[in-house]
Amino acid sequence: MSEVALSDTTMAASTSRSRAQVLKRLRSSDIYFRQLTRLSVLLVLGLLSGVILALVIGSIPALKTFGFSFVYTEVWNPVSEQFGALAPVYGTLVTSAIAMVIAVPVGLMVAFFLTELCPMVLRRPIAIAIELLAGIPSIIYGIWGLFIFAPFLQKNVQPFLIDTFDGVPGLQSLFAGPPYGIGMLTAGFILAIMVLPFITAISRDVFDAVPPVLKEATYGLGCTTWEVFKHVILPFTRVGVIGGVMLALGRALGETMAVTFVIGNAHTVSASILQPGTTISASIANEFTEAVGDLYTSSLIALGLILFVITFIVLAIARYMLLRLQQQGR
Amino acid sequence: MANSRQNNLYASRRLRNMLAKSLAYGATAFGLGWLVLILGVLLIHGIGGLSLAVFTENTPPPGSDGGLLNAIVGSIMMTLLAIAIGTPIGILAGTYMAEYGRHDKLAMIVRFINDILLSAPSIVIGLFIYEVLVAPMGHFSGFAGSVSLAVIVIPVVVRTTEDMLKLVPDTLREAAASIGLPRSMMIQRIAYRAARAGIVTGILLAIARVSGETAPLLFTALNNQFFSVNMNAPMPSLPVVIFQFALSPYEEWQSLAWTGALLITFTVLGLSIVARSLTARKS
Amino acid sequence: MNVASTAAAPAVTVAHTGVSAEGLPEKIGIHNLEFFYGESRALKGINLSLYANKTTAFIGPSGCGKSTLLRILNRMYDLYPGQRATGEVLFDGENLLDSRVDINLLRARIGMVFQKPTPFPMSIYENIAFGIRLYERLPKSEIDGRVESALRRAALWDEVKDKLGASGLGLSGGQQQRLCIARTVAVKPEVILFDEPCSALDPISTAKIEELIDELKQDYTIVIVTHNMQQAARVSDFTTFMYLGELIEFGPTATVFTTPRDKRTQAYITGRFG
Repeated sequence: MSEVALSDTTMAASTSRSRAQVLKRLRSSDIYFRQLTRLSVLLVLGLLSGVILALVIGSIPALKTFGFSFVYTEVWNPVSEQFGALAPVYGTLVTSAIAMVIAVPVGLMVAFFLTELCPMVLRRPIAIAIELLAGIPSIIYGIWGLFIFAPFLQKNVQPFLIDTFDGVPGLQSLFAGPPYGIGMLTAGFILAIMVLPFITAISRDVFDAVPPVLKEATYGLGCTTWEVFKHVILPFTRVGVIGGVMLALGRALGETMAVTFVIGNAHTVSASILQPGTTISASIANEFTEAVGDLYTSSLIALGLILFVITFIVLAIARYMLLRLQQQGR
Repeated sequence: MANSRQNNLYASRRLRNMLAKSLAYGATAFGLGWLVLILGVLLIHGIGGLSLAVFTENTPPPGSDGGLLNAIVGSIMMTLLAIAIGTPIGILAGTYMAEYGRHDKLAMIVRFINDILLSAPSIVIGLFIYEVLVAPMGHFSGFAGSVSLAVIVIPVVVRTTEDMLKLVPDTLREAAASIGLPRSMMIQRIAYRAARAGIVTGILLAIARVSGETAPLLFTALNNQFFSVNMNAPMPSLPVVIFQFALSPYEEWQSLAWTGALLITFTVLGLSIVARSLTARKS
Repeated sequence: MNVASTAAAPAVTVAHTGVSAEGLPEKIGIHNLEFFYGESRALKGINLSLYANKTTAFIGPSGCGKSTLLRILNRMYDLYPGQRATGEVLFDGENLLDSRVDINLLRARIGMVFQKPTPFPMSIYENIAFGIRLYERLPKSEIDGRVESALRRAALWDEVKDKLGASGLGLSGGQQQRLCIARTVAVKPEVILFDEPCSALDPISTAKIEELIDELKQDYTIVIVTHNMQQAARVSDFTTFMYLGELIEFGPTATVFTTPRDKRTQAYITGRFG
């Protein structure tokens, strides 16, 4: 045990000296590593700033030429070089709205199923299956939509919708027009399937976090499963659910490939959701590589800027809600 | 009198419950149904075209048969470069946020920004890279495509790295400190090792995400009919080829598009499942 | 246990020369130490001597500050912003609270064993070799020897000598804790701090570790925090009783336990509170 005779102070002193040297050498690499991580973080910050900057700079020609009227002009004419964002913005908002109207109730009900009704054994497989929907690349949704879903809608669903609402005041114009198969409803529906897993996943997490005592107390009063869900779980998790919905909305707004295949790419604003239209991302995807002339390119970039601003706001709200959730300890 | 009213009330409550439950079952069947439908269709349409030629021949001119070799190779090359660029940056940034800057303001801001980037429309990322790389360079390139994919990889890796490092208990860090280990060594030798599975999962998820991305490549790498490994020129990729071929009127091209879709989907889903099982086993 | 002179020995020795009135060399001398978590003061005016090659126990009810005090000795609190200490802690005459002190070097000289066993996510061999390799470049045969002697010191060698390549996490709780002790010893510290080392272990492992601490005292200065009074009585030469962030009483263990001078010490020891 000779190496452990540490009460000998000279031994301790020399060990200390050599160790001090080693640690001194390590100190510079210690500082270097720390600075490297800091740099990486600043790079991430720089990325976002870069994106915003690039979009703004690229949009300037278009914004200077058209001014604020760009946002509400429907005309989109590459030949006469007149561009307006109304149709793409309208399409983006409408398709996302359709997607939310379908995905939110369905997503919540699936989460309700998975947390309260599903037998334990099946819970994980079904949850994973639903999440796989989110993993399927959007271009797959696109070609599936174009070749399978749209023709199906055209033959079976849309004529039915048109006939049913024919003559119904108000709704008639919503479901009017020749059945193309493709169009805003189709795009919105496909978006719904794509964002459904996001709503389900986040809702499941917040539903599971409800303290069991609360649920037990309500069951103890004789309430049914649905009543517990409606009166206890939903109100308790309200903030988280909204956060999840906003996140899904952010995804839907920015979705490109799935929508491009089935939206029809018509720069028109129609009242009927069965008609073709366009979204911001679909316009950019379809036209950017063929855009001739600075004004055309710049208008497309300006569209991108509008999309980015809209999604930024939605995502910021989502993040804020989910942050509040964490702080409340739920 | 009161009794029958109570009974009615109870009956309607039970009815509502039954209705809600059926809706819940229905919704789940709805969701699962689409999954089966989509994957099923993919298999039916894609398997027919699956042959050795797909992996050995390049994309054909319209109207003739061929394969997807150049697209597959292009995709693999760009994905690998994107991972090579994005992973170190992502891990280092995530390390800062979990280790050095856990409570400081910079970390809070970056966490917020990172989440925005995570869900930002990927076409906007494509526009950004077009502006900063393609336009100044004067031409499309595989390199620009890789960089735009890297911008998508980074937020994913940052998030998982931060989350996984935060799961490493502080007592382990203190134990390392207690033998005099400098901070950076503690992170590299101890914390990374403890969080290894989770960080790898993050990288796999990033690969899965990036493999299916089309929009950012549309105007950065563009596309290329021929086989090319030149990163400084337009580069073919599977998603963009599918985009082009699916929207065309040529049967052979459409069939190749389905086959390509099948390849991508099952690669992506396979990666996701592997990634999931890595973290599942740990917990 | 040696009972020091029964003449009114002061509970605290304030000796800047490093040798106490009792004639023992002082390894660590604490003077007017105060500690703050942000704005709130957790330790008030601590004055204390820790004698070389002796075991000193810190006892007291939950929240009295004993762990806080322990963790100042190896500047563990430095890892967390918002925590700070004022005063003087002289280690072989030098104030270790000074910002110019090389913290990593300090921690190599003052080691710590934690409440929860924390083996590194590596093999048993690597857990120990890791610390050695940090400071010395040695051929494998020498490292093998050092690993073996550290494991023998921790009374773990016989149980693990055939599975040195197995993961440290596969050992039982008591074995993991002894592995942590071996790891600490391998780095050749001068002082070893134990923060409730047995509270997560079963009685048999506890007994083994207490035996170990008794042996280690020959070569190291030991400080142990424990909420188990019987353990303090069994294991330590000197005992410090703390309450609400203040040092109430300090002296040879036998004295503190049989004839405590403060009412509060008396009450704690007889179990009136705790």
